[in-house]
Amino acid sequence: MRPLTEEETKVMFEKLSKYIGENIKLLVDRPDGTYCFRLHQDRVYYMSEKILKLATNFSRDKLISVGTCFGKFTKTTKFRLHVTALDFLAPYAKFKVWVKPGAEQSFLYGNHVLKSGLGRITENTMQYQGVVVYSMADVPLGFGVAAKSTQECRRVDPMSIVVFHQADVGEFIRNEDTLT
Amino acid sequence: MGRKLDPTNKVKRGPGKKAKKQHGAEVELAKFITDGEAFYLVRFSDENSKWLKPTKGKRKLPEPESGDESEELWEDEDDEEVEEEQQLDDDDDDEMVDDYGTLGSEDEAGEDSDGDDLLPIEKAAKKEKKLKDSMDLESDEEEDDDEEEQKSNADVDEDGTIQTNAEDMDKFRLPTAEESEKEGVLSLDLKTVYQRIKDNIDVLCNFSSKREEGKDRVEYLALLRKDLCTYYSYNEFLVEKLMDLFPLSELVDFLEANEIHRPVTIRTNTLKARRRDLAQALINRGVNLDPLGKWTKVGLVIFDSSVPIGATPEYLAGHYMLQGASSFLPVMALSPQEGELVLDMSSAPGGKTTYIAQLMRNTGVIVANDANKERLKSVVGNIHRLGVTNTVVCNYDGRQFPKVMGGFDRVLLDAPCSGTGVIAKDPAVKTSKDEVDIQRSAHLQKELILSAIDSVNAASPTGGYLVYCTCSITVEENEWVVDYALKKRNVKLVPTGLDFGKEGFTSFKQFRFHPSLRLTRRFYPHSHNMDGFFVAKFKKFSNVIPSAAAGKGDEKTDVAEATEAADSDKASQTKADGSKQNAKTNGAPAKKSGNLKSAEKKDLKAGPKKAKIARMEVKTEKGTEVKKSFSGPKVSTANKGGSKFEKKQGKKTKPSMKNKNRTGKNKFKKMKPKWQKQNKK
Repeated sequence: MRPLTEEETKVMFEKLSKYIGENIKLLVDRPDGTYCFRLHQDRVYYMSEKILKLATNFSRDKLISVGTCFGKFTKTTKFRLHVTALDFLAPYAKFKVWVKPGAEQSFLYGNHVLKSGLGRITENTMQYQGVVVYSMADVPLGFGVAAKSTQECRRVDPMSIVVFHQADVGEFIRNEDTLT
Repeated sequence: MGRKLDPTNKVKRGPGKKAKKQHGAEVELAKFITDGEAFYLVRFSDENSKWLKPTKGKRKLPEPESGDESEELWEDEDDEEVEEEQQLDDDDDDEMVDDYGTLGSEDEAGEDSDGDDLLPIEKAAKKEKKLKDSMDLESDEEEDDDEEEQKSNADVDEDGTIQTNAEDMDKFRLPTAEESEKEGVLSLDLKTVYQRIKDNIDVLCNFSSKREEGKDRVEYLALLRKDLCTYYSYNEFLVEKLMDLFPLSELVDFLEANEIHRPVTIRTNTLKARRRDLAQALINRGVNLDPLGKWTKVGLVIFDSSVPIGATPEYLAGHYMLQGASSFLPVMALSPQEGELVLDMSSAPGGKTTYIAQLMRNTGVIVANDANKERLKSVVGNIHRLGVTNTVVCNYDGRQFPKVMGGFDRVLLDAPCSGTGVIAKDPAVKTSKDEVDIQRSAHLQKELILSAIDSVNAASPTGGYLVYCTCSITVEENEWVVDYALKKRNVKLVPTGLDFGKEGFTSFKQFRFHPSLRLTRRFYPHSHNMDGFFVAKFKKFSNVIPSAAAGKGDEKTDVAEATEAADSDKASQTKADGSKQNAKTNGAPAKKSGNLKSAEKKDLKAGPKKAKIARMEVKTEKGTEVKKSFSGPKVSTANKGGSKFEKKQGKKTKPSMKNKNRTGKNKFKKMKPKWQKQNKK
């Protein structure tokens, strides 16, 4: 486990800022203690300093996970957000999409959100903006990228894609093995 | 999904899976039986005159047939022959042993004895009532009635039957040797076996009044054991264990409960949702649920559901966790406080870990350990799904633990076990376990509990507690392990804080445990409708490990004792282990008891409470007595065995973790500060 390098930090924060914008600050400077990001076996974990200290007790190969996993660096040094980061993206998300109850299941099986399943969408969402997907009951379901801007969404036909799927909570079951 | 077991309102059931299971097996068997053996199948021949004694000549051959057929009306035809056979045997026995109701007047006897024309069902009901009064149990009752009813329906068709059946029911007799021999060849009809179990238990419960002259209790028990094995398809070993564990009246309840699945229960994740909201959301999805019980505020029981309960959006969003009711208990007993440092020693799949986290409201730190890396994936998944952020997941052998990290405020040890409490979940346990498995897991549990205790920080201002639990119900894996821990470390049992469940045993067969074992709790499928479970809560009152040298000696003797028990039961593997242990202690067999006492006394000095001292002393004396009687002769045999043998065996057995641990533990205390410094650097 080690702190992230400059480069890694930059890549990761760029990615995060697509979803939560300048709210990243709130993740790092928290009133309830110091929190930090650590890299362990290519994965980035977010944890409080207290846990960090305790985690030093465990040897590298025996340590499986600390705090919350945010995502992983691919072999091409790009950063991939995991659905496990959803708990920290959802409260700070700038742009949101709500899906209708009928389309919930479809999204949770890894499909894109279609216009027909779109319940609500934040005003002024730009195309290719990172969005967090909610159910109509305000339960965060995952995140993705807006395929159309809010304006375009009004016009397109019902079967066209409005949000590209990136991660959804269904992965807790589907990809349990690859979460860590 | 699972059915709710409600003893007051039992679902009507037919002959059930069991009856079908053996369908046609008899016919198959008959094909294989050669002429020589087949004389059992040929019903009336002179060959059987050896065992079939001539009656007074009244009885005609076709007589019993009428009865049998009617009884078989709703059974498969395939069974008929065997069934008839069985019926016949019973009749034969009547002639031989029965002292009332001569054969000729069979019909009258049947009617007379019961006075007015009672249908079998009514008689059965009468008898059942008696049984109920005597046994004070209520489940299974209606089920029997149902069966009886069916029987009577069949019987009504032909009149002759009633009496023969009634006769059977009136008095239970042990089958003779020939019959039991025959059963070896032909499998019995399961319904008959079931009835025989019932009757047998009835007799055993009122042994003095209902026994047959000249028959021993042992014979009855042997038959019962055999029948239970047949009917519920257990192996003999496990049935024997269970028979020791439960009063006979409860035994069948327990076995029946193991055939039914426990209800599906879920736990609300209070980090993300409230129970009421969750219940509402699930009801909207077409789930039929109810609060689990008064004792928990987060549990819900699912009766049935139109959607898979493990894949609803609520589940995926982490609003609840699928978790057996029994898994709530150890965490409730642990009652972790906010800001504490807690260790969950064997955490997979994370149900208890996440419950701990939600009780701590995501503060403090939880170390979730498991020895199996594969199973840790589910822990990680569940932790993230439920939004738990204060957890470190690691993959150590639990026995290494105080070396890796110590000083926990609370430790939860959900020890690996033989799983005799969760037979409903995993029926393989019925046949796969034997004495060696139990001894082996008891041994592992003893190692684990010591390292768990050593990981606890007794000086913690809020904690210093250890909860030990297993999903097994054997005494060897529970009370014995707890008692062992009480002897070895400065811990005492404290109330678990669970206001239901049965008290742990303080004495069981040859074992005599510390009286405080009353504070432990046992849970059974038939009485609490949750998996069989055992929970014990310790408070550690001193970090001192009782006198290293003496303590070590003790440990070995105890382990030796453990394995000795296995020895007597043909276990070759453990034998090796045991003799090895013995060899070590052999050096000073005479000193053993002295050693023990001194160890205990040192214990006491360290311990703060005087009141306890008195009790402990009584216990030590008892303990040593037992030990003496145990180890006396065995040690000598081990000596005779000679060192050659021991060495050989010693090589075979893997270098035990325990030994490493033990030497390390003492060193560890000294070394720990150094290591920590290093780590910080």
